[in-house]
Amino acid sequence: MDTLSNLAMGFGVALSPFTLMLSVIGCFLGTIIGALPGLGPSNGVAILIPLAFTLGLDATSALVLLTSVYYGAMYGGRISSILLNIPGDEPALMTTLDGYPMAKQGRAADALVLSGVASFIGGLLATLGLIIMAPLLASVAYLFGPAEYFGLYLLAFCTLGGMSSNNQAKAALAALIGLAIATIGLDNTSSMPRFTFGNMHLMDGVDFLVAIVGLFAIAEVFFFIETHGRDSAIGVKLGKITVPWRDIWKSSGTMLRSSVIGFFAGVLPGAGASLGSFLAYMVEKSISKDKASFGKGNPRGVAAPEAGNNAAAGGALVPMLTLGIPGSGTTAVLLALLMTLNIQPGPLLFSEKPQVVWGLIASLLIANVVLLVMNVPMVRIFVKILMVPPRILLPGITMISFLGIYSLSGGYFDLVLLIAFGVLGYVLRKLDVPTVPVIMGILLGGHMEDALRRGMVISDGDWTYLFSSPIAIGFWVAAIGGFIAPMFLRTVLKKPQRNLIDVED
Amino acid sequence: MKNSDRIFGLVVILLALAYIASALQIESSFLSDPVGPRLFPLAIGGLSILAALSLVLRPDAGPDWPDLRTFARLGVALAVMVAYAYALMPYGFLIPTALAAGLLSYQIAPRPLAAALTGICLSAGLFILFKYALGLGLFALPRAWMG
Repeated sequence: MDTLSNLAMGFGVALSPFTLMLSVIGCFLGTIIGALPGLGPSNGVAILIPLAFTLGLDATSALVLLTSVYYGAMYGGRISSILLNIPGDEPALMTTLDGYPMAKQGRAADALVLSGVASFIGGLLATLGLIIMAPLLASVAYLFGPAEYFGLYLLAFCTLGGMSSNNQAKAALAALIGLAIATIGLDNTSSMPRFTFGNMHLMDGVDFLVAIVGLFAIAEVFFFIETHGRDSAIGVKLGKITVPWRDIWKSSGTMLRSSVIGFFAGVLPGAGASLGSFLAYMVEKSISKDKASFGKGNPRGVAAPEAGNNAAAGGALVPMLTLGIPGSGTTAVLLALLMTLNIQPGPLLFSEKPQVVWGLIASLLIANVVLLVMNVPMVRIFVKILMVPPRILLPGITMISFLGIYSLSGGYFDLVLLIAFGVLGYVLRKLDVPTVPVIMGILLGGHMEDALRRGMVISDGDWTYLFSSPIAIGFWVAAIGGFIAPMFLRTVLKKPQRNLIDVED
Repeated sequence: MKNSDRIFGLVVILLALAYIASALQIESSFLSDPVGPRLFPLAIGGLSILAALSLVLRPDAGPDWPDLRTFARLGVALAVMVAYAYALMPYGFLIPTALAAGLLSYQIAPRPLAAALTGICLSAGLFILFKYALGLGLFALPRAWMG
């Protein structure tokens, strides 16, 4: 089997002591990042990218470190959901619905173990799905020309926009802002400066790492100051940690179903882990015999979203690696990492740099096992870290963000730009304009324009070229459908509100 | 309170017009392709105006903007960050970082002593971490003092 020999090579890369150590460090940092409210996976990975460069890591090592952080954050998000009723990151929102009630019934430890196991199952199955699906998709993507890629980019923007906002106009504007920022700098094809206004710093364009750290991390600081940084006092007691075998056995079907749902939600470009956990929870609730117990501490309501979001995290890597199209905010950040490392994801990645792809996949499998060990027997350590007050945490995150960007360029210009993106992120999020499409626009804008212009060179300016293959037409149809459909599905897909039980009582 | 979206839409329209005007100024080079460097930006500008117009005509309910005092605190945080960005190069790492981290901490929880301690500890800790563990070329003290 080709896949098995590839996987064996991957393990050869991943099992070197150094890579293994990076994976463990990544898992540990990731769980912390996921657990701390206000520091989600995209923030965390974004802040750590400049640090990975300062360490001088090679491509495989940097990728292993940061994907371990990514998987770790998916595990960590549940800790504060269950103990504080505050989702540590967005996908963990659904876990608060049954996790916190369970914790209030004195079953916090059970909920943590159960959700840890569910995360493991979801992550494991999704990584297996990635192993099977990614090479298949890569072999199809091999046939794509500029017309197909242009349609695919359009599809990614449309579905992402459709999913991530309540107002299509705002989602579209977000993507357009990103695309506009991407046009700053020297034009790829003709090398003419565009929108630089004679400023030397803008010749190379806007560094997407600056944009990402600003829009995510710095904007988060402003939000924290606005909300007074609610003190994260732990409201429930964590008893002795035992393994609730009965609950795990009873929700094993839930975990399997949710993993499959989550994986496919993750593969959709632009949908990501939040949709995975949401769909998994809703499906589980709708097929359950006692619907009333959901939201009141049903163990299945804890297992479903956790299996779903970890599976979606794995699924989102499929389009990112094979097509260069991120399926979520965090995979957008991982794509930025690849691009900075001069690795162009896409079908060629699998044939030209198999050691990167398979080393990454092997280390995902390893990270999953490491994370299960860290998050079940050792979960207390992370509960302690949760008690760091925000008045220390937030300035720390700000300073690390600044230093990370400073280490990239060593000048004040990028720092000022970083702050500007922070303000932009704050204003956009206040106005309910999603920021992930902005990032996607900045990341993919150049590629999208290149695809368009290469296509027009090939066809000598004939616009019908864009619709010249069935695949390209399919992408256009799916893009338009993906943009319009949520307008009608909005009432069905409405996100449930967080259950605002007072944490203090 | 639907004014937030209307104002945002109008600002976007103005910016998009400026963007389009600037895009029309882009010089073509002798290396020409059928599309050229102007068309893609022009399309972005045009679509932005359409999306912004729909926002002006059909705005959502506005967000809860913070009160003036919170805005003042956000303003202070912003000023601290900008000052920090400009101070990091000429004044070395330790002093600007301690001041900036301390002031940000004070914005989150107004306890002067705790904030000062946070600033000093973060500054020292991050300096050790970045300089010695990550090998970043940082200057500890103002350039002028080092001679």
